[in-house]
Amino acid sequence: MKLKRISEYIWEIPKQGDMNVSAVVYSSSSLIESVQKDLTLEQTRNMACLPGIQRAAYAMPDAHQGYGFPIGGVAAFDMENGVISPGGVGYDINCGVRLLRTDFFEKDIKKHKKALLDEMFARVPTGVGRGGSVHLSSKEIKQVCIRGAQWAVEKGFGREGDLERTEEGGCIKPANPENLSPRALSRGSGQLGSLGSGNHFLEIQKVVTIYDRNIAGAFGIHSEGQILVMIHCGSRGLGHQVASDYIRLMENEIGTGGLPDRQLINAPLKSKLGREYFESMNAAVNFAFANRQMIAHRVKEAFQTITGTPEGMEQVYDVCHNVAKFENHKIKGREAKLCVHRKGATRSFGPGHAEIPEVYRHVGQPVFIPGSMGTSSYVLAGTQKSEQLSFSSTAHGAGRVMSRRQALRSFRGEKIKRELEIKGVDLRAKGWRCVAEEASQVYKDVDEVVKISDSLGIGKRVIKVDPIAVIKG
Amino acid sequence: MKVKYRFLNHTADAKFQAYGHSLEEAFQNAAEATANLMWSTKKVKPRIKKKINITGKDREQLLVMFLEEILFLLDSDDFLVRSVKDLSIRKEKADYALEACFLGDKISDESEIFGSVKAVTYNDMIIEENDHYLVQVVVDV
Repeated sequence: MKLKRISEYIWEIPKQGDMNVSAVVYSSSSLIESVQKDLTLEQTRNMACLPGIQRAAYAMPDAHQGYGFPIGGVAAFDMENGVISPGGVGYDINCGVRLLRTDFFEKDIKKHKKALLDEMFARVPTGVGRGGSVHLSSKEIKQVCIRGAQWAVEKGFGREGDLERTEEGGCIKPANPENLSPRALSRGSGQLGSLGSGNHFLEIQKVVTIYDRNIAGAFGIHSEGQILVMIHCGSRGLGHQVASDYIRLMENEIGTGGLPDRQLINAPLKSKLGREYFESMNAAVNFAFANRQMIAHRVKEAFQTITGTPEGMEQVYDVCHNVAKFENHKIKGREAKLCVHRKGATRSFGPGHAEIPEVYRHVGQPVFIPGSMGTSSYVLAGTQKSEQLSFSSTAHGAGRVMSRRQALRSFRGEKIKRELEIKGVDLRAKGWRCVAEEASQVYKDVDEVVKISDSLGIGKRVIKVDPIAVIKG
Repeated sequence: MKVKYRFLNHTADAKFQAYGHSLEEAFQNAAEATANLMWSTKKVKPRIKKKINITGKDREQLLVMFLEEILFLLDSDDFLVRSVKDLSIRKEKADYALEACFLGDKISDESEIFGSVKAVTYNDMIIEENDHYLVQVVVDV
């Protein structure tokens, strides 16, 4: 495929054939090779062929091959001719990241670290199957789907103040659980409050570098060595089932003819089925907000039990990175309401945006980019420039470069655990295999991903953190 | 068939091919491959039976729905699939119907589970008939 380099960090697939707009890839000399090796470019081009797509189809710096859209794909559609696609959101609806700050320093918790890790591991269910911390009736699950993190706060998981520091206030609207299948509700009923498995994790981190003290300060992060807690998970089986159900419903109603990839199935935004998917997806978004709200509460309890005080432990923010949302963006100088799909991409609203909580409005929305197991993660701030470059979006993680199968052949879980311990990172996991599959070497260099975001100006680098203790889902 | 299935490389997800003398056998082996991405089927006892009936509009959709059943039984009922018995596929007017019986057991403290599959995708899916049947599937993990 013809790929034109526009500048140091921007590549373009010019509009051709069935494409309605061009495709733009944000990458660098060292990362572009891995993007060219798999189907990332073809999938980015396919996004550009969908009806009603505006401006361009974008691939974020951590983009890699997905199904339908690439992971790291961003596309916005107009209300009149545009579509909504479950494959443009992903199966793990509202997979996202929540960050907690504390007043502790590494030296304060050093002697408690192992006990703290054990306590968190005992309190936060991980792994596959039901395993949630509460068991809910269908009626109650529907309430979770309507009210999201608010539901969790009312049930005693966390505080009111957490909600304003969550994307959409932890409760996106309109959410309608009435169109969720019994199977989706059944998969969700035993999983609320659990981390799941795969690339999901819970991490105690220490601040290692602060690039912008003013913005970091606004996020409540003031010093190197300060302890943070990061939670990465999503909507569990409920969200996966919503995606699978609507892919099938759309196939049966609309048919799969003419699509370059069956996973690109979509419905017009104006259609009944399109609206139903949107409202069902939002129900799963709320389930995930409630899920992270409950996990965060369990983390605070673990700190309380082991250190005697959770003092200073506060939510910085909670971001979704698999979602489709209606937002206003400028198209040819005019404000337009668009449906922005972010599949493995983080919203990155710049300073002044009304959707950012007041406490952060002067510095931009907090953005979290988790690295891989045992490597650094980053806190960024949204920028105004991202509006023009990526519909206010940036990367969401490191992005895989090696298959799980190859990882299993190359690494051994036990050995990785020992290597991490030498680096001062303690690890708890249900099995060794998932540890090997998630070895840091299978991911792109997160430092490079963040450098591209910062240099382009789609997300400003603010803080770098390193893990000191990890729970693998 | 000597080889029931084999795993292929895929950057982010898991990909496999399953084989069979019949479409039924290939589907059955695809189920074993999917389960073996999450646990060792050999270590699961065939204590409990679960009957399933599925209708899909084409063979691809039928395969997705069939494999999805394994994920559904795990999430909703803590059920681990060991093997598939009595699988039959019938063409019914415009649709395909599948009947099968899963054998397996509930998760226990001894169950060794090494990963999860989130969903079954159509990405790169192949259902092919030459001198034998071949199905290829990518699952989201």
